[in-house]
Amino acid sequence: MVSRSDLVVTRPQGLYCPRGDFYIDPWRPVPQAVITHGHADHARTGMGRYHCTRAGLPILQWRLGETQDYAAYGYGEAFTIGDARLSLHPAGHVLGSAQVRIEVDGEVWVVSGDYKRQHDPTCAPFETLRCDTFITEATFGLPVYRWPDTAEVAREIVAWRDECAARGETAILYAYSLGKAQRLLAELAPLTDQPAWLHGAMAAGVAIYRAAGIELLPTRAVADAPQGEQFPGALVIAPPSAAGSAWLRRFPRAQQAFASGWMRLRGNRRRRNVDRGFVVSDHADWPALLATVRATGATRVIATHGETSALVRALIDAGITTGVFATEYGDDADDRVPSS
Amino acid sequence: MRRFAALYTALDRSTATLDKRAAIAAYFRDTNPRDAAWALWLLAGGKLSGAGRKIAGNAELRAWIGDASGTPDWLVDESYAHVGDLAETLALLLDDPAQPDSEDLDLADWIEQRLLPVANTDEATRRAVIVGAWRQLPFDQRLVFNKLLTGALRVGASQRLVQQALAGLWGIDMALIAQRMLGDWSPTPAFFDRLRVAEALPGDRAQPYPFFLASPLEAEPVTLGAIEDWLLEWKWDGIRLQLIRRAGEIALWSRGEERLDGRFPELEAAAATLPQAAVIDGELLAWRAGEPAPLPFSALQTRIQRRKPGAKTLADTPVRLLAYDLLELDGVDLRETPLAERRARLAALLDAHSDARFMLSPRIEPADWAAAAALRDDARARNVEGLMLKRLASAYQSGRRRGDWWKWKVSPLTIDAVLLYAQAGHGRRSTLYTDYSFGVWDGDALVTVAKAYSGLDDTEIAELDRWIRAHTTERFGPVRSVQPLLVFELGFEAVNRSARHKSGIAVRFPRILRWRRDKPASEADRIETLRALAR
Repeated sequence: MVSRSDLVVTRPQGLYCPRGDFYIDPWRPVPQAVITHGHADHARTGMGRYHCTRAGLPILQWRLGETQDYAAYGYGEAFTIGDARLSLHPAGHVLGSAQVRIEVDGEVWVVSGDYKRQHDPTCAPFETLRCDTFITEATFGLPVYRWPDTAEVAREIVAWRDECAARGETAILYAYSLGKAQRLLAELAPLTDQPAWLHGAMAAGVAIYRAAGIELLPTRAVADAPQGEQFPGALVIAPPSAAGSAWLRRFPRAQQAFASGWMRLRGNRRRRNVDRGFVVSDHADWPALLATVRATGATRVIATHGETSALVRALIDAGITTGVFATEYGDDADDRVPSS
Repeated sequence: MRRFAALYTALDRSTATLDKRAAIAAYFRDTNPRDAAWALWLLAGGKLSGAGRKIAGNAELRAWIGDASGTPDWLVDESYAHVGDLAETLALLLDDPAQPDSEDLDLADWIEQRLLPVANTDEATRRAVIVGAWRQLPFDQRLVFNKLLTGALRVGASQRLVQQALAGLWGIDMALIAQRMLGDWSPTPAFFDRLRVAEALPGDRAQPYPFFLASPLEAEPVTLGAIEDWLLEWKWDGIRLQLIRRAGEIALWSRGEERLDGRFPELEAAAATLPQAAVIDGELLAWRAGEPAPLPFSALQTRIQRRKPGAKTLADTPVRLLAYDLLELDGVDLRETPLAERRARLAALLDAHSDARFMLSPRIEPADWAAAAALRDDARARNVEGLMLKRLASAYQSGRRRGDWWKWKVSPLTIDAVLLYAQAGHGRRSTLYTDYSFGVWDGDALVTVAKAYSGLDDTEIAELDRWIRAHTTERFGPVRSVQPLLVFELGFEAVNRSARHKSGIAVRFPRILRWRRDKPASEADRIETLRALAR
């Protein structure tokens, strides 16, 4: 499958562009790294230079520190590394997320990073790029994954909070602290005036989104609540890692829910031992994966992480040359089947 | 259907018994008797398909959903393997209808007007009804509808919980509801109306009582107090049953709420000569006259399968009833009287009857708990499973209530076996490989000897799931064969010879005791070890 003209190949350090001598979302230290977005499995420490989007820069500064060597670009702005001409384009995954377009001698490859096609008030929508080869994620690469309308899910979350309120309980909603939590707060903003309470791990990400001018539901920190506050009827947003932790003792009467694409399957919800599962994902569902691949016009597709085998076979059946890159993406809390 | 789907969703979602009970009570309070009868029947484990009534086979459903959703067969199979629940997979593969369903057909109408009329018709007719329903129903209703097609609901509401909810709703005795729901009944409004009558009805007399079941003893028996307060018996390895002799009527009921009439004519003949009307709880065992111990359970299996046993079967494998308890005598319900008194009356009844086919389960009287433990260790040699401990002051309760009746089983036999196959589990374990097949060495080949589903904790299950995915050698639909590398210690109650199993043996109640990370596959046990234990 590998040919001499391949613009991206895998190396032990990560996805590598030989013509530009740079890596994309590498998992080991390298001199030149192009970063698609700020999640921990894509943006790691130890790189010489970080190339990223201007919209995503504050997130990288938060997660990797302010003192790294960053080169930030606007969406669509062209730049050059080695022989490769690059540009970063919206992926619709989280604030500042990008696809990487690489062009050498008229051949175009696009590395999608993580992406979704649903509307998301917190980030620029996915931009379809024509290319020869498309490197796609496949986190939810089975046809059982089809996302409901997120605005409808947001209304269900409000209804659930109201049910909890009627019983004098707290509604604790687990959501990934970068992207998912802010998207939920943005979706909830038009539906309710009641502020949400935040776990401490949520504060920095929420502040960055607010600073970017994104309208979110008003929030308060759980840590700032008066001693003895029991939060009846409140919506509390916490990272999935808070489940089962001592922090939960603050809420003597509570229901718990998890917002994730994995909640599409009842078995995952039961295994998480939560009362409710809300299907909200920042990844492409199955129909979106197929539609996106078709829209790029790519004659060759390479899947990176997730349920790659079904997607690969479906694309081969559709007459598209398809392969797999083994990567170390997808060990993010949101990318893994929850198995607590 | 909308309301029943909402009940299903509420039960499926909730982990709190009180909430579940409230949801059930609310449903039955506001539902018409036709729907209520079907809902109750489905909650009690009733299935629409099966027993000569075909609405949709699993293979047909997979083919139909493939066509309806434009998904190739292999991808339907792949999805099913991932989800682990066919009804759910079928629901997940379609998007919700664009137009919300304006017409809401009653559950009873769905069943009586759409599904049952097409049972056993040609494929095209059945398919049209089912695919039509898929196109019309939103996700929650589609899921429940599919559950009606693929088997039992299994939604985490026990019969007892349902009966508690109804007893609370109607203000009548739960035991009466439980008794009326035993055995076969038809989901009709008439049945449902009878169920809620507070007074005894004539039909109640033909019904058995709900069985009282013992719980496994996990603590040391010393914690139970003085041994003199307890009745100790052998734990016989047979079929628990209730024998009813009331006003000339004779019935045998298994614990599975099945009437066994006709299969054990020698017991019916013996019951006919009982001096008084009675309901006896006991254990059915294959036991030849003059022998000191019963035949193994496998001998009894040849009898269960025969609806009308011939003379040779009756001679080769005669059965007898070991009587444990007397629930009713001359029409008087004795369940609230203490066990000591019930047993005394049972002994007197059997004395007067004097028929070897009904035998009082012997009382064992060790001096102390240590002596009892010694007897338990010796259980396997007697073809029994261990000891039963019953508080002499106990009433005959219903279901598995802890506290008064304990089963104290002999320690299991163990072998080390190699993991060969895995299949995704269901419910809480769907999307995880949790149903395992194990083998032992036969020459230089591994032969499958046991399937086990339980025994690992959640962390081990998750770890093993990852290992299975990374070490799959072949896939057959939902089943994966794996490289034969991992060894597990399995526990089981007994080994029987079996012509139906390729290995020639069948293990009883296998479960995983631990993951033997210290052992390579080459050191797993050999089939000869199991054969030597077989009886």
